[in-house]
Amino acid sequence: MTVAGRTSRDVLIRGIRILGYAIRDEPWVFTVAVAGSVLYSLLIVASAYVVGAVVGTVVVPAFERGEAELGTVLLGAGALLAVSLGRVLGMVGRRIGAGYMQYRLQARYRRRVTRRYLELPLAWHHRHATGALLSHANSDVEAAWFPIAPLPFAVGTLVMLAAALVSLVVTDWVLALVGIAVFPALFTLNVVYSRRMAPRQARAQQMRAQVSAIAHESFDGALVVKTMGQEARETARFAAQAGELRDALIAVGRLRGLFDPMLETLPGLGTLAVLVVGAVRLGQGAVGITELVGVAFLFTVLAFPVRAIGWVLAELPRSVAGWDRLQTVLTASGEMPYGEVTLDADPGRPATLVFDRVSFSYPAGTQPAPATASGDPAPPTAEPAAPVPAPAPPEAVATGAPEPVGTPVLHEVSFTVPAGRTVALVGPTGSGKSTIASLAVRLVDPDAGTVTLDGVDLRSLTADSLATATALVPQVPFVFDDTIRENVTLGRPGITDDDVWAALRLAEADGFVAALPDGLDTVVGERGAALSGGQRQRLTLARALAGRPRLLVLDDATSAVDPRVEAAILAGLRGGRASHDAPVAATGDGRAPAASTPHGPAAPTSILVVAYRRATIALADEVVYVEHGRVVGRGTHHTLLETTPGYAALVTAYERAEAERQRERDAERSEVGA
Amino acid sequence: MTTTASRATAAASPRESTWRTVRRGLALSPELRTGLAGTLGLAVVSMAGRAAVPVAIQQGVDRGLRAPGGPNLDVVAAVVATTAAVLVVTTLCGYLMMRRLFTVSETALANVRVRAFRHVHNLSTLHQQAERRGSLVSRVTSDVDQITQFLQWGGVILLISLGQVVVTTVVMLVYSWQLTLVVFAAFAPAVVVIRLFQRRLAAAYGLVRQRLGAMLAAISESVVGAPVIRAYGVAGRTAARLDRTIDEQRRAQQRAIRISVTSFSTGEIAAGLALAGVVLLGVRLGVGGAIGIGELTAFLFLVTLFIQPVQIATEVLNEAQNAVAGWRRVLDVLDVVPDVADPGEQGVDLPPGPIDVRFVDVCYRYPDGPPVLVDVSVEIPAKSRVAVVGETGSGKTTFAKLLTRLMDPTAGQVLLSGVPLDRVRFASLRSRVVMVPQDGFLFDTTVAENIRFARPELTDEELEHALDELGLGDWVAGLPAGLATPVGERGEALSVGERQLVALARAYVADPDLLVLDEATSAVDPATEVRLQRTLDAVTRGRTTVTIAHRLSTAQAADEVIVVDRGRIVQRGPHEELVRDADSVYGLLYASWLEQTR
Ligand SMILES: Nc1ncnc2c1ncn2[C@@H]1O[C@H](COP(=O)(O)OP(=O)(O)OP(=O)(O)O)[C@@H](O)[C@H]1O
Ligand SMILES: Nc1ncnc2c1ncn2[C@@H]1O[C@H](COP(=O)(O)OP(=O)(O)OP(=O)(O)O)[C@@H](O)[C@H]1O
Ligand SMILES: [Mg+2]
Ligand SMILES: [Mg+2]
Repeated sequence: MTVAGRTSRDVLIRGIRILGYAIRDEPWVFTVAVAGSVLYSLLIVASAYVVGAVVGTVVVPAFERGEAELGTVLLGAGALLAVSLGRVLGMVGRRIGAGYMQYRLQARYRRRVTRRYLELPLAWHHRHATGALLSHANSDVEAAWFPIAPLPFAVGTLVMLAAALVSLVVTDWVLALVGIAVFPALFTLNVVYSRRMAPRQARAQQMRAQVSAIAHESFDGALVVKTMGQEARETARFAAQAGELRDALIAVGRLRGLFDPMLETLPGLGTLAVLVVGAVRLGQGAVGITELVGVAFLFTVLAFPVRAIGWVLAELPRSVAGWDRLQTVLTASGEMPYGEVTLDADPGRPATLVFDRVSFSYPAGTQPAPATASGDPAPPTAEPAAPVPAPAPPEAVATGAPEPVGTPVLHEVSFTVPAGRTVALVGPTGSGKSTIASLAVRLVDPDAGTVTLDGVDLRSLTADSLATATALVPQVPFVFDDTIRENVTLGRPGITDDDVWAALRLAEADGFVAALPDGLDTVVGERGAALSGGQRQRLTLARALAGRPRLLVLDDATSAVDPRVEAAILAGLRGGRASHDAPVAATGDGRAPAASTPHGPAAPTSILVVAYRRATIALADEVVYVEHGRVVGRGTHHTLLETTPGYAALVTAYERAEAERQRERDAERSEVGA
Repeated sequence: MTTTASRATAAASPRESTWRTVRRGLALSPELRTGLAGTLGLAVVSMAGRAAVPVAIQQGVDRGLRAPGGPNLDVVAAVVATTAAVLVVTTLCGYLMMRRLFTVSETALANVRVRAFRHVHNLSTLHQQAERRGSLVSRVTSDVDQITQFLQWGGVILLISLGQVVVTTVVMLVYSWQLTLVVFAAFAPAVVVIRLFQRRLAAAYGLVRQRLGAMLAAISESVVGAPVIRAYGVAGRTAARLDRTIDEQRRAQQRAIRISVTSFSTGEIAAGLALAGVVLLGVRLGVGGAIGIGELTAFLFLVTLFIQPVQIATEVLNEAQNAVAGWRRVLDVLDVVPDVADPGEQGVDLPPGPIDVRFVDVCYRYPDGPPVLVDVSVEIPAKSRVAVVGETGSGKTTFAKLLTRLMDPTAGQVLLSGVPLDRVRFASLRSRVVMVPQDGFLFDTTVAENIRFARPELTDEELEHALDELGLGDWVAGLPAGLATPVGERGEALSVGERQLVALARAYVADPDLLVLDEATSAVDPATEVRLQRTLDAVTRGRTTVTIAHRLSTAQAADEVIVVDRGRIVQRGPHEELVRDADSVYGLLYASWLEQTR
């Protein structure tokens, strides 16, 4: 409890500081809201006086005289109405101001958080479940700015309180002391409250994130859940987590149930104290009866607004919990800084890629607890986060220093893709091919060694020149829930519809796109749900080709494509598309221009291709064979066949299998014959 | 196409009234009513505490301080002591009330979460795809949170305020029924206006919830697609799109609060009218002698006491619209009737033993799409190993999905062991028929946990044994932590081929009688694949396997090949037979396969 005790002691202070940030971020809206609130509060007090005045100057004389003077009565009624209208004005200013402030802050921090998601490296993403990241952007942002809604009201109330206290002091200083004494009591109670609330709120937010993480993962894997009939077990897993969230929320609720009524009763007790002390003072002749009644009335009027301050204070622990969790994202280090160097923009010229003794290991520490979704960086205990938002564990990627521990995946990998050449990367499952591919386009940085493009270290290139020079077709195609056109262009400037069609044609995707009801405007569903596996793959291929990269990295990009289509695509990439009969023709409705591509065959490109099929390998000028993260053979297909047994075993596997089957079949036949 | 069209299925139901939503919600969670009477009773008592202090002051001043014989401290002391006691009791009641309320509501809402979650899994794949993950997630997270938040704040306040309104109304009536009528007359138009606004507000908050879902979906996509966004340098554009969804949500919120405030000011204006009206009529009545000054003064303060809770209640009702909007989204998802439903009790179990498959004139089209499978009739004998081949997009995956009843055919029938598929109980179907889908998905846990996904009771030893049978023992031993190696989210800490190995092992240990492999080894290296195929053949002998593959090595090894072309089965038979016709679809496929592999 020592750590938690120390850290939660200043929850109130920290919460108030967070409110300060909010005011700093939205000063104008806040000013409007507070102005409205002050107007409202003053008019609430004023309305009591106005009612008194109307009674004194209109009602009493009328009653006494036994007749009403219409003008005066109307004036009195009008005054009451006017005060009400003024209150409406103040209320509108306050409520709209508070709402706008809250929503603007939420939006601002959602933008900040999502911006960080885009900046942080893949290594960071690997450590955080998507559902938990959603929870940061959703419920943590909400929690952080929860106290904003009652804030202007509370600040307005403070003004009112100050006025009330002044009038109290003027009336009688002893009474004033009693009145003031209520505030330290309120504050102390709030301190105790938030100290006990802070860990519970932190836990509730953490449970929210985990519920979100499980839901996201489970819906993401819904197909597997369904095909294996594990709905009940998944539900049980979710229910367990939802149960923990429920318990956390009930714990929050109970504490609130304990303190809320107390916080509400306290001003009432103060009023009673004023009454007692007032009576004594009255007996001493220190105050007059009218003043005393006035003070007592003031206290009743104030009781309600004072609760607004309580609301703000009561929500601060939650706000702090949300804020701390946001800070883990906002202050996470490790974005990959880009350099300043731009490559001379000559899209027609292929680039040279050089791997020089590149080593790489994936950071360790992604170990999830067995059987539960990991997903959350916060400690599993109920303790609140550290006072100063604890940055996520230091990330080596940031400093460029090698990861101390981790799974080494590549060891001193060196090879070259000369300009305009095709290099095939071959290796058994898990040997590190995809890792090499992601290093080649700088999705990750090497721990040691360098990757250079045209002699420039990738790390010193600008983001733009890197993105325009290289293109990766990942092994698992990722398709956005957007139109075909947007999926191909990704909003990159200068890609016309003709370019899109040309790229689709090159990727052998024009046929099916043309057959779609809305052509390029067809929306393909989340992750391309409305497309077949091969169609998705070809769409991502077209995406890469549309940018006319100078270095194209194909990571097993044709695995879901049938042999005939693959042959066509590869032929197209080589620039000689004539050699095959297109399996699918564009429909004649004119959406797919039937003429040849506007810029002829594919622009010459350096290609690094991960492949198993012989035909693909045959296209390569050089083959790099990797095993266990090491380059164990380089050369042409034929040299490798002879010099590298692993390679030979890999690429001739089908033939040998077929031969074996043939032998078995012959053996069977001869047995039957015998 | 389908997604855009069927996305409407789970969208907000057309303008349902707030009451109806609440009634439906309560019907769904009868737990919410447990002990409601007790909670209400406690609420009324704790509300009385709030009235205690003003009463005490009035009594203390009138009977103590202004006592005829000068200030009477004893009376003051008595009043204060009584009130303090009342406050203690009401505070206690407040605590008990909130405790009950929170426990009941959180328990009920946790159940709602779980039920909605389960229902999402009960929906067919097509329905699931109709909505983005992020948005689905919001239906079991923040939409439910909205209800909680309301119940914890608004619920209590609403209860207390309503109690206060009732009490004040009674007291007002005691003082003067005419003036009470004035007050009600002033509020009557406001009530009408507020009701009107409530409807608009409901729609506005519905939009807020929907926009939130859209925003979360966009964020989810940008997180999952992070590598592509980075590789193509489109972070700027992605950020711009995210900003757009974020701002759209903000605008929806701002619109809602504008409506809410407008509605609220009507109440405030009504309050002013009521006060003014009471003064006008009160003076008239007073002049006529029907009412005294004291009574009128008291009444004016009573009006203030009446206005306050009415306004608070209005405010809470406005807030309620937000909660109701969330509730509605949860209920809406529960209302979607699963179109591929478990026959449950009425269903039958698959007969024991190997399974044979029969497709009778099966047609399929995705909603709003062209026909994808046309008049498919095929028989797959029990224990046979069948390969399904065909061009990209020819309908192979669709065939597999119909075979495993992820979807129902638009026409025709699928029979397993002679039983129409839609009559087979899911418990039986899912344990006997397992498909390894094209994109293998792994859960963010260890290799072992993933493999025993369908058979949690298996021990590590049994897993190791199964992996050895598949010839994957060495591979697992080579992983950093063996079976305990974490696979990362969606399996991303493994290579793609390794993920497929895990997915395959997972299906194998599930021990099905009909195994459907959709490109299950497309990313595995040829040597491993060939080995795996051979071991798989050996260990699955005696079961029916249907394998979809682009690598024709699979077809060569199969007993029979089914060739799909543009949604029709155009050829079937053993490989040797089919290749004889070099100009057939299969002949051409094989020729290009040969060309590529040697
Ligand atoms: N994010 C990660 N964290 C930890 N280890 C990883 C991660 N990604 C890959 N690995 C490991 O690194 C090794 C190389 O993976 P990589 O994806 O580069 O293989 P690959 O050659 O592309 O295999 P495949 O042919 O199956 O695609 C594998 O052993 C894998 O388990
Ligand atoms: N959810 C969907 N909604 C609409 N159309 C779909 C959907 N899923 C698939 N399709 C379409 O149905 C056709 C057949 O798809 P299917 O996935 O069955 O092909 P496939 O033979 O498995 O192809 P591949 O070899 O590329 O995996 C394709 O044209 C595809 O675009
Ligand atoms: Mg790979
Ligand atoms: Mg498929």
